[in-house]
Amino acid sequence: MSNFLSASIGRKVFMSLTGLFLISFLLIHLTLNLFLIFDDSGNLFNQAAHFMATNPMIRIVEPILALGFIIHIIWSGWITLENMKARPQGYASGDKLLKWWEPSKNMFILGGMIFIFLVLHILNFWVKMKITGDPLLDQANGTGEEMHNAYALVSNLFINNPLYDIIYMIGGIFVGLHITHGFWSAFQTIGLSNINWMKRLKFVANLIGFVFAIGFSSIPLYFLIKF
Amino acid sequence: MADKILNKIYVKVWRQNSPKAKGRFETYTVENVSQGTSFLEMIDILNDQLILGGKDPIAFDNDCREGICGMCSLYVNGHAHGPDTMATTCQLHMRKFNEGQTITVEPWRVGAFPVIKDLMVDRTAFEKIQQAGGFVSVNTGGVPDGNAIPILQDDAEEAMDAAACIGCGACAATCKNSSAMLFLAAKVSQFAKLPQGQVEAKRRAKAMVAKMDELGFGGCTNTGACELACPKSISIAHIARLNREYLKAKIAD
Ligand code: HEM
Ligand code: FES
Repeated sequence: MSNFLSASIGRKVFMSLTGLFLISFLLIHLTLNLFLIFDDSGNLFNQAAHFMATNPMIRIVEPILALGFIIHIIWSGWITLENMKARPQGYASGDKLLKWWEPSKNMFILGGMIFIFLVLHILNFWVKMKITGDPLLDQANGTGEEMHNAYALVSNLFINNPLYDIIYMIGGIFVGLHITHGFWSAFQTIGLSNINWMKRLKFVANLIGFVFAIGFSSIPLYFLIKF
Repeated sequence: MADKILNKIYVKVWRQNSPKAKGRFETYTVENVSQGTSFLEMIDILNDQLILGGKDPIAFDNDCREGICGMCSLYVNGHAHGPDTMATTCQLHMRKFNEGQTITVEPWRVGAFPVIKDLMVDRTAFEKIQQAGGFVSVNTGGVPDGNAIPILQDDAEEAMDAAACIGCGACAATCKNSSAMLFLAAKVSQFAKLPQGQVEAKRRAKAMVAKMDELGFGGCTNTGACELACPKSISIAHIARLNREYLKAKIAD
């Protein structure tokens, strides 16, 4: 087993499983976030945020999610480094086969950008909701129910800071690009692919990547345009 | 139709005297090359020129010159085996190049394939991977009847597609991770699809992957560059099968 953890395919299996787990998390995350633009009163989004913050199942999943991110990030650095070591000297004439922008060639760079975005994102919202608190969270939410006004916190950031809107839009696009390769690659890595399924998986990967990119970036764009 | 003549081309070649020596690029001018000339013949012409001028000719590997031996490991203008598809360097022709063009020729750049001299690399690493598990053990004796075991036509075809691998190393040479996974996948697949290969399937996948890692090849990140560079168009779907065979063997442990 120990040599499985360090073997090239073993290492990649960790990337694959954590990656698929992160995608399923993002699917839920995006669905809930879209409440931000479908209900300007903020009620729907606040209810959803309240449910996520109090539901015991979600409380259990939260540390697992953090672990998923940590493993995915540490392993990505590890495999990228090992893979770079395998070619001590590069080609003077470069690589003309794949275009420079292909996501498959830039997974670590895209992931790195996502990581920077993730830190910023956690500072923007999670830290305020869970640790430091924020006056905006305590604003009356109009329903009389006792809960954080998460909508006020989010909409305030997006309405008053065009720079953040742009950063969040780019973040969404990078996640989408990462997944156009990541999704089908994850199945390939664990052996769940063949000539026919590779085509279908690539199609779904592009679809999910597109939906994530458009979905996540539509939210800041909505606030940027509407308010 | 007569082939056009390239009046003048420039060939920028990696020169390195020995494995340990520091290499450098040298640019040579070659004149009056017919576009019908094969790429290796063009280097032959250049080498004649060098020999007549009292210089050391360029060392490069080649043998069959018909795309079956896998020796001609040259990286030409950013492409393993040059800018033609489904072709080895020996099948590349000068009609892929233009008047006055500078053609950069490099050896495979793979840590596990050290340069021996100029454009020649040592691909023993592939032999070692093959020796680790790329075989079926048979008892000596009478030749068994080829049709004694029925095999589905599709399986036979897929095994044959995998068996088309000539071990040239273009996959590892083009892969940004210098990974040998397409090579392994072809060698594992050609047996995995046939009944004779089942007996040693578990040992095979584990031993070959372990050897690949030990020799310093990188891991697969599914960029698919190998499949595009492969002169035999071996599909990366075989890599999914290799992963499956490997994981099956590991889980059974
Ligand atoms: C929401 C965030 C993320 C999701 C949903 C995600 C998803 C994925 C998936 C599904 C894969 C494919 C696994 C495979 O091919 O076996 C993958 C690969 C990878 N990810 Fe992520 N990832 C995320 C964040 C990150 C971060 C933060 C980093 C780095 C700092 C990163 C770096 C990588 C690298 C280097 C690979 C390997 C690429 C390859 O093998 O081609 N990812 N990711
Ligand atoms: S010389 Fe044999 S394949 Fe090119």
